[in-house]
Amino acid sequence: MELFNNLIFGFSVALSWQNLWFCFIGVFLGTLIGVLPGIGPLATIAMLLPITFNVPPVAAIIMLAGIYYGAQYGGSTTAILVNLPGEVSAVVTCLDGYQMARQGRAGPALAIAAIGSFIAGSICTVIIAMFGPPLAEVALKFGAPEYFSLMLMGLVAAAVLAHGDMIKSLSMVAMGLLLGIVGTDVNSGMARFSFGFSELTDGIGFVVIAVGVFAISEIVSNLSEKTEDREVFTSKVTGLFPTWKDFKQSLGPILRGTAIGSFFGVLPGTGPAIASFSSYMLEKKLAKDPDRFGKGAIEGVAGPESANNADAQCKFIPTLTLGIPASAVMALILGALTIQGIAPGPQVMTQKPDLFWGLVASMWIGNTMLLVLNLPLIGLWVSLLKVPYRLLFPAIIVFSGIGIYSVNNSSFDVYLAAIFGVIGFVWLRLECAPAPMLLGFVLGPLMEENLRRALLISRGDPTVFFTRPISLGFMIATALIVIVMAAPAVKKRRAEITG
Amino acid sequence: MKVNLLDNRDFLAGLMLIVTGGGGMFLARDYPMGSALRMGPGYFPIVLGGIMAAFGIYVMVQGLIKKEKVQGTWSLRALIILPIAAVVFGFLMEELGFIPALVALIFVSAAAGDQFKWIEVVVMAIVLTACSTGLFIYGLGLPYPLFKGM
Repeated sequence: MELFNNLIFGFSVALSWQNLWFCFIGVFLGTLIGVLPGIGPLATIAMLLPITFNVPPVAAIIMLAGIYYGAQYGGSTTAILVNLPGEVSAVVTCLDGYQMARQGRAGPALAIAAIGSFIAGSICTVIIAMFGPPLAEVALKFGAPEYFSLMLMGLVAAAVLAHGDMIKSLSMVAMGLLLGIVGTDVNSGMARFSFGFSELTDGIGFVVIAVGVFAISEIVSNLSEKTEDREVFTSKVTGLFPTWKDFKQSLGPILRGTAIGSFFGVLPGTGPAIASFSSYMLEKKLAKDPDRFGKGAIEGVAGPESANNADAQCKFIPTLTLGIPASAVMALILGALTIQGIAPGPQVMTQKPDLFWGLVASMWIGNTMLLVLNLPLIGLWVSLLKVPYRLLFPAIIVFSGIGIYSVNNSSFDVYLAAIFGVIGFVWLRLECAPAPMLLGFVLGPLMEENLRRALLISRGDPTVFFTRPISLGFMIATALIVIVMAAPAVKKRRAEITG
Repeated sequence: MKVNLLDNRDFLAGLMLIVTGGGGMFLARDYPMGSALRMGPGYFPIVLGGIMAAFGIYVMVQGLIKKEKVQGTWSLRALIILPIAAVVFGFLMEELGFIPALVALIFVSAAAGDQFKWIEVVVMAIVLTACSTGLFIYGLGLPYPLFKGM
């Protein structure tokens, strides 16, 4: 019964006019940037972080979360209509969704994607509400060694499961940790890596790195590509509603997709792309006539779309209950919490119940809004696709610039972001994934702190990480992740999935 | 056949990691190391820098074996102009105020694209500046002067 009381409390928070409004802005913006190819949720949230300073914490987090799951919806719209995945998670949706659109069934494809995401979102809301509190309770008993091991596991998992070369991703985690060191050491008061700049003694701003690497570098990269013509199926979006047969065919894939997405969602580091791809493969295996896949099978839209939405939402479980971000976007959300003066961790749930339960309830409300809003607005989204990139990117730059400047009212931060824009582009070209770097950057100071504390408690004995049962568990899990992913068979399969 | 190292993706990635990791260790050389029991401020950066440099060597060797090339162009135009736009913006925010800084930012960054159409950019500058002023200065109440010294 406590679950229901908590959810009712959550809804009472989320249904205030202010929170509803921010939820709406969030999902609207999320869909918008999900539709637009050159900009993702990561850059958007990074740019908008400073704007949330003046907003109460609950409303800010509700909005940022809305951008995140709204982007998953938007990404599927362009995948279906234009064969252009707005987000990586929608790559799989292109396979059958676009074929459906070419057969004049764009309407049902869009509708089933939205309905599947809605069902997945609703189920995940309940999952978060059910598993959040017990997890937080366990986490409250964690000491420094447990936290260190947990963070190590999170970082290693994030690097190993990320797209691209494992060693390079691990190096990027180290890069992030190193960047996190810049600034004054809490224990000794010594300024490290400050290069004589007084601005650097407070550390590098979170927004600076995020905007530099994820907004500016992305724009440089997009500008280096030639513009291509897109074929848009606008006129053919007639008859939105799927038939009864479509519904019956999609229900199974939606539920299985939700299960797959929730599973991958809780694992740190796995992006929604892995969840949606796994769901697609499963549906293809289960289908009586796998030949239909790739030719407009509705299951190929329903499953992956549910899976990526479930994944996006379940990423909030480790983030909110343990204070450990499960993806780069979650790292930004944690950053937003920190900026609001809320230390992320298991205590959030007990100290700030309105934040936790309000957010959980708002996700359900946001998903409802997306369902109601998106189908009628499809025309608007499609016309947005015709806006050329040369008009789009200066707007992104303007928002980024003002965003960075307004954090500390400092030009220094803007210069620093410009430098990170260049560095980030070099990383992109050398195929060094920047997402693990951001996780390392966020967790770096916490990790060092917990490492020092753990060794202080144990009087310098490093076996402390292996003698305490929970910590040992995390260490074994870390080792298992590395061993499994380094196994040749898995390595090959992974290369196929992540491309 | 001459092996072109400047085009070798993983060789460059490894080099970048070695330089960063090694540089980190070099800069941290004077920070007190402390002991495992009481770690000084130098402990974490030096260990990390070492790990990074080691990974870097591995990546570099991989690059020499696999010889994978860097994909895509370096798009020098955008890579140089966009940071300049940001620097101009930061500088003008301090010197001339919000509106001149924004207008300059829009004009310079628009030059980073492969097409620069004067009329379009002028219209865009007016619209974007008006919208941002409305949203950030009047809407969110950010305390920046629109024009400095006027």
